[in-house]
Amino acid sequence: MADKVLMKGNEAIAEAAIKAGCRFYFGYPITPQTEIAAYMAKRMPKIGGTFLQAESEVAAVNMCIGVASTGKRVMTSSSSPGVSLKAEGISYMAGCDLPALIVNVQRGGPGLGGIQPSQSDYFQATKGGGHGDYHLFVVAPASVQEMVSLTAHAFDVAEKYRVPAMLLADGTLGQMMEPVVIDDITVEEHDKSWALTGTKGEREHNVINSLSMLPEELEQWNIDRYQRYAQIEKNEPMWEEYEMEDAEICVVAFGIASRVSRNAIKAAREKGIKVGMIRPITLWPFPKEALLASTEKAKAYVTVELNMGQMAEDVELATRCRRPVLSANRAGGCIPSPEQVLAQIEAANQLGGEQ
Amino acid sequence: MQWKRVILLAGHYGSGKTNIAVNLAAALKRQGKPVVIADLDIVNPYYRTKDSEEELRRLGIPLISSAYANSNVDVPALPQELYAVVDQTDTYAVLDVGGDDRGALALGRYTPKILAENNFEMLFVMNQYRPLTRDAAGTLEVMREIEAAGGLPFTALVNNSNLGAETTAQDVLATAGYAEAVAKASGLPIKLTTVKESLYPELKEAFPNAVPLRLQNKRIWN
Repeated sequence: MADKVLMKGNEAIAEAAIKAGCRFYFGYPITPQTEIAAYMAKRMPKIGGTFLQAESEVAAVNMCIGVASTGKRVMTSSSSPGVSLKAEGISYMAGCDLPALIVNVQRGGPGLGGIQPSQSDYFQATKGGGHGDYHLFVVAPASVQEMVSLTAHAFDVAEKYRVPAMLLADGTLGQMMEPVVIDDITVEEHDKSWALTGTKGEREHNVINSLSMLPEELEQWNIDRYQRYAQIEKNEPMWEEYEMEDAEICVVAFGIASRVSRNAIKAAREKGIKVGMIRPITLWPFPKEALLASTEKAKAYVTVELNMGQMAEDVELATRCRRPVLSANRAGGCIPSPEQVLAQIEAANQLGGEQ
Repeated sequence: MQWKRVILLAGHYGSGKTNIAVNLAAALKRQGKPVVIADLDIVNPYYRTKDSEEELRRLGIPLISSAYANSNVDVPALPQELYAVVDQTDTYAVLDVGGDDRGALALGRYTPKILAENNFEMLFVMNQYRPLTRDAAGTLEVMREIEAAGGLPFTALVNNSNLGAETTAQDVLATAGYAEAVAKASGLPIKLTTVKESLYPELKEAFPNAVPLRLQNKRIWN
């Protein structure tokens, strides 16, 4: 029988990364993700790994570029303002086709913001953040157990397609404690023939680079990369459907917002409202097909987010604006209450009914 | 149960110190003893003694806590009122020390007075289900780190082994051997076995030193 342990979300990410074969961690402390670094500092020296507290977020992400270039699994983590600092390096990783895992345990923003939980880096995670044409593979766990499974999965997908991946959590998930099973992680083997491991005089040099002097060459790199993105969009979307069988109202929420929403959905069902939820587990690729399919039955949507309504735009796009999209939001470190979500479900039920 | 004047709760972070501190202060108050509770945590941003502010006020237990606790700023500060805890020797003081050696560092500035008064007990709160305290050896390591950082020796153990809201009586029973192994290795008595209220009736036979705990954490998600 698998052993359960009681872990903080942040610790679970760190231990899952180690179990997934990550032996290099570079970071810089920032609340509410500091336990990831603290855990790595205790564990890495005991297993022959490297923990290094860098002099800044910028230094940490560039150290990740170095390790990723050798084909080894590497991770950095931060919270919102720190991820902004890493953005340049993340763009370079994308441009160099390097797999790595960046963890963002979000706090309220913009600017220095605050230390309470938030989901306001949705745009940053899914639509760039750094410069250039690129995507990150973005996963959004909703429990400590999922922080384990998605950390391992993100490493695999990153290596399979040679893209940087991001685990987008929030302060609540990072700080909450839940029982988890952490022992059933398997590591996939992927082609690493591109890695800088020394030629030993037996092969041509591998080159890891994002600079091209020729516009046509740079364009071709972008086109090749987008062919891989198309494969990710085809193969890798993940989502969970909850009570969607007969749902006329569809809540869309990820991470901690989805857990608040479950309570609201139960309350609404007790009032006779046919409501369910599509929970995106990957934020990029966004589960567009599932949302589009849901418009066959759903007459209105309610997005629940700890931001001013960022994912709501992707819900409107995915459903091709066929149905009204309402929002239940809180920002600045506040969490929507089940009552607030219920009120919007009831409003959607009225609204959709009139159409 | 007999208590010294200054009761310190320390341990691996996430071991349950805050919940026990609040319950212990409430128990002392119910016995008619003057008691204050102090939050020395300079590490944890969320889930702090301050979460129980209202309940403590209702019970008439003064809470000494950083003005910045549970706010949107991240300042690892301790309030000046904390000195009253070591100076005011007619009042019981329950000290909720931050997790691990990093949390215990904040204790250092009060250690000389606590040692001089010599009316304290320092309880090591342990949870076998936490990743760094799965066995006696790992637990001893955490204990020694905390003692070195805070400058105070542990005097007793609290077995608070649990898996959060999902904990069953069997989960607690399974940790009896672990607690005894830690006791043997450290030479310290197990003063309390703390269990959530709902499990207490099932466990009080197996653990004569069992104490029911009311959990403080209020969640709006499931």
